[in-house]
Amino acid sequence: MIEALFGWPPPVLDPAGPYATPVTIVAWALFAMGALVTLLVLAALWVALRGPSGLRAKLGGERTIWLAGVALPAFVLTGLLIWGLALTSRLTADISGAEQRIRVTGEMWWFRVEYLDAQGRVALADANELHIPVGRPVVLELRSADVIHSFWVPHLSGKMDMIPGRTNLLRIAASKPGQFGGVCAEYCGRAHALMGLVVVAHAKPDYERWLAARRVPTMAIAAAGEAARGRALFMASGCAACHNVAGTPANGLAGPDLSHVAARRTLGAGILPNNRGTLIGWIGNSQSIKPGNRMPNYDRLPARDTAAIATWLETLK
Amino acid sequence: MSLRSHAAIPLALYALLGGCKPPPEQRYVAEPAAAARGLAAIERVGCAACHRIEGVDWPQGRWGPSLLNYDDAGLVAGALPNTPANLAAFVRNAPAVKPGSTMPPMPITPAEARDIAAYLMGTKHD
Repeated sequence: MIEALFGWPPPVLDPAGPYATPVTIVAWALFAMGALVTLLVLAALWVALRGPSGLRAKLGGERTIWLAGVALPAFVLTGLLIWGLALTSRLTADISGAEQRIRVTGEMWWFRVEYLDAQGRVALADANELHIPVGRPVVLELRSADVIHSFWVPHLSGKMDMIPGRTNLLRIAASKPGQFGGVCAEYCGRAHALMGLVVVAHAKPDYERWLAARRVPTMAIAAAGEAARGRALFMASGCAACHNVAGTPANGLAGPDLSHVAARRTLGAGILPNNRGTLIGWIGNSQSIKPGNRMPNYDRLPARDTAAIATWLETLK
Repeated sequence: MSLRSHAAIPLALYALLGGCKPPPEQRYVAEPAAAARGLAAIERVGCAACHRIEGVDWPQGRWGPSLLNYDDAGLVAGALPNTPANLAAFVRNAPAVKPGSTMPPMPITPAEARDIAAYLMGTKHD
């Protein structure tokens, strides 16, 4: 599983962008206030049980209740509320409309990813992986195709629900290059715990290079030998009914777009490393890896045919 | 029966069971550090997408053969004597060692392949 929630420091306390930092500051403030209040209560408890009788009498007095029980919390909580709202206001500040937009649709149990052009049309299709340039905010249009999911990349932002029939906007930005794991954070069915994604933040020149490579249609990639046999098997075995591979007859829309599947970091929605071995295992028996996922096992294909299909998919960089 | 003969029965059984194992000098003992590196490599490249492997809770893929109790396996992939060297060669580049194998060459170094072999040879339940 990708390191979305594991490691030290915990990703949720290790912000890598301007929209995650305020959340982490609020979290630390919460921990600190919690510790302080616990200490105060313990001190009051000690006074009540063991303290000098003068102090004990004061602790039980009406004046203490008014000061420490009403005035102090009202003052402190109001202050904290104003501070917290001011700190996190940038998270909800208006979106200018000039940002790069990426539509991310939660599906059972993976993330459909579509890069939109300035007119809002789909320019590139991908799955379970977002590529963003460092230092520039990217606006995500979060949707759902079925049930409620939630988009959460702890290094880069707080959570945002993906609700059927709604488009929720969320900004993310990375202040340094790197890979940041994400997960679905709202229980959405059987394979919920195996629904992840990766955000890859590139320095600007790398990002331009990645974009240019993505715009080359995969039909330019010629298949030969075992890969050509795999391509024919992919079209003949039913894979093409659910998966799109740009420039080929495969134009299914139900499953993840495979036009550049070999360039992805992970398989199965952020859960497996992507190599020919894991591809073969996924094609042949994905149900043993991610029980309940919508792709059937292709265990009626001879094993060497699953290997041939994987050989072809590996050429789709 | 006396107390002594009570004790003798389990001892005799234990001796019998001990006789099933190869003599100690022929048993494979994995170097613990190599085995630990092997498990890390197994998790990095996702061997468990196809194989059930001791010590890997998820995934437990079923497309390839189970590798539980691997130390008892007679042959590597039904083709080669189960020695650490053969196993290391197979996990790195299976088709080169067993032509026609569905298992593809894996993105690991020869050293990682030896570590993985050390890990698998060291998994045992007896």
